[in-house]
Amino acid sequence: MSDDIWVLGTHMTKFGRYKDQDLIDLGATAAMGALADGGVHIDDVGIFGCGNLNQSNAGVGQRILKQIGQTGIPVYNVANACATGATAFRTAYLAIKAGECDMGLAVGVEQMGKQGLLGAANRAKRDEKVFEPNGRYGGVLQTEGVLGTGLMPGVFAQAGMEYAYENDGVGFEQFAKVAQKNHAHSVLNPLAHYQKEFSLEEVMGAEMISYPNTLMMCCPTTDGAAAAVLVSGERLRTLSAEQQRRAVKISASVLNSDPWTPSSQVQPDVNTLTRQAADRAYELAGVSPKDLDLVELHDCFATAELIHYDNLSLCERGGAGEWIDKRGPWRDGEIPVNVSGGLLSKGHPLGATGIANIYEVTTHLRGEAGDRQIPDAKVGLTHVIGLGSACAIHILERSGR
Amino acid sequence: MASQIPVVDYLVLDADPHLVVNACVACGARFFDRRNACASCAGTEFRREPLGRSGKVRSFTIVHRAAPGVPTPYVSALVDLDGGMTVKSNIVNTDPTPEKVRLGMPVRLTTFVVDSDSRGVECVAFGFEPAN
Repeated sequence: MSDDIWVLGTHMTKFGRYKDQDLIDLGATAAMGALADGGVHIDDVGIFGCGNLNQSNAGVGQRILKQIGQTGIPVYNVANACATGATAFRTAYLAIKAGECDMGLAVGVEQMGKQGLLGAANRAKRDEKVFEPNGRYGGVLQTEGVLGTGLMPGVFAQAGMEYAYENDGVGFEQFAKVAQKNHAHSVLNPLAHYQKEFSLEEVMGAEMISYPNTLMMCCPTTDGAAAAVLVSGERLRTLSAEQQRRAVKISASVLNSDPWTPSSQVQPDVNTLTRQAADRAYELAGVSPKDLDLVELHDCFATAELIHYDNLSLCERGGAGEWIDKRGPWRDGEIPVNVSGGLLSKGHPLGATGIANIYEVTTHLRGEAGDRQIPDAKVGLTHVIGLGSACAIHILERSGR
Repeated sequence: MASQIPVVDYLVLDADPHLVVNACVACGARFFDRRNACASCAGTEFRREPLGRSGKVRSFTIVHRAAPGVPTPYVSALVDLDGGMTVKSNIVNTDPTPEKVRLGMPVRLTTFVVDSDSRGVECVAFGFEPAN
């Protein structure tokens, strides 16, 4: 136990849209919830990693401490695209690993509102227009829509279609089945932004956003927060039997950035990145994909989830289409994936997502997930990707006592 | 004829419009942008290399909901060029439907005017059209 680092407490707010609470309210709620869940006090905490994207230059961590206890501890405000929450979690992990303190707090929080397509904001129009080369590509005008698309639904559609090109048995229907599953799973999760089931026909017949991703196959913009308290094995030994029983071991914590690949010039290669992080995590934890009782992976779009079955080695190489066809990732399937409803239905508050998935897996490993509990869950994996790119993977195991 | 400017500096407008890359002298890795060093091997010497004008569709999406001002639907695609390098642009001169645009479809580079500025200078972009 001594060398390991553990999740002692965790909490998440319901994901959704909050008009009457701000970012700090949401973050403070999650932080206080995680401390109470772990049976500890803010005075016990030696480091605070705070993940947020949209206000990443605005001292979000310090503002949360001003609500829950200004103890003077170091705050690391972290931004790392959609891997922001997991990076904040890992910041606390690293401080404990380095021996700087024996307990840390990580919060991921985001308030997005009903934002529509990310990155699609109106641009200022000028009366006088003079074409002049600008930037690293010498562009003379906005190339979105002229030289393809760089917006998220299209980028991840292209990532999925690339997989369809390289592998048999993958098409619109297989991608749609992913969304059908996650929306069905979300019905059992009271913390999910949406809790509504849709038939495969409804998913495929919904408004087309970026083929093959329909509206039901794109995650919503969401408000929410999630938090975790991490503790060293040595400190955990001094805590109560109940705290030790509920603690969940962090068997692997991996963060990487995208290695160079030839095609990554024009389209982020989320496959090599995830595969390398996953292989490293399995090696560190001494766990094989077959040992996993549940996985929470980064289904920002249905096309993304399908390719990650393969990248995380949950299915045979090239076999992601067949795997969804035979219901491998359903909650009663071979390896349940996104039983929370995933980003597609639980929602995706960018900075919160990478801790919310740790909350979900921890809750199952403790046997406290209520109606959506995966029976006798012992080992789980969380995965997030921030485009640009960052990949974070955590493997968690129940304490066994 | 009005003067023209390419939409990006890796598009060369001559008798046979084509794309160019900065290729790492040490390892051959190819880049569309200007470089500080090579992302593959950290080398610092580069040479300009022209790319092929034909290729195959490696992946595509049909964009229906886009940024404001972008006409829809349109097809964005990743194209594997003959002779190497993957490039992203629109598939043009065919219907934007999954029936007309297919994975692995042979395509060729084409250029067209997308806009002109207050001086009458035309901005020329590139896309790919079905080769057959």
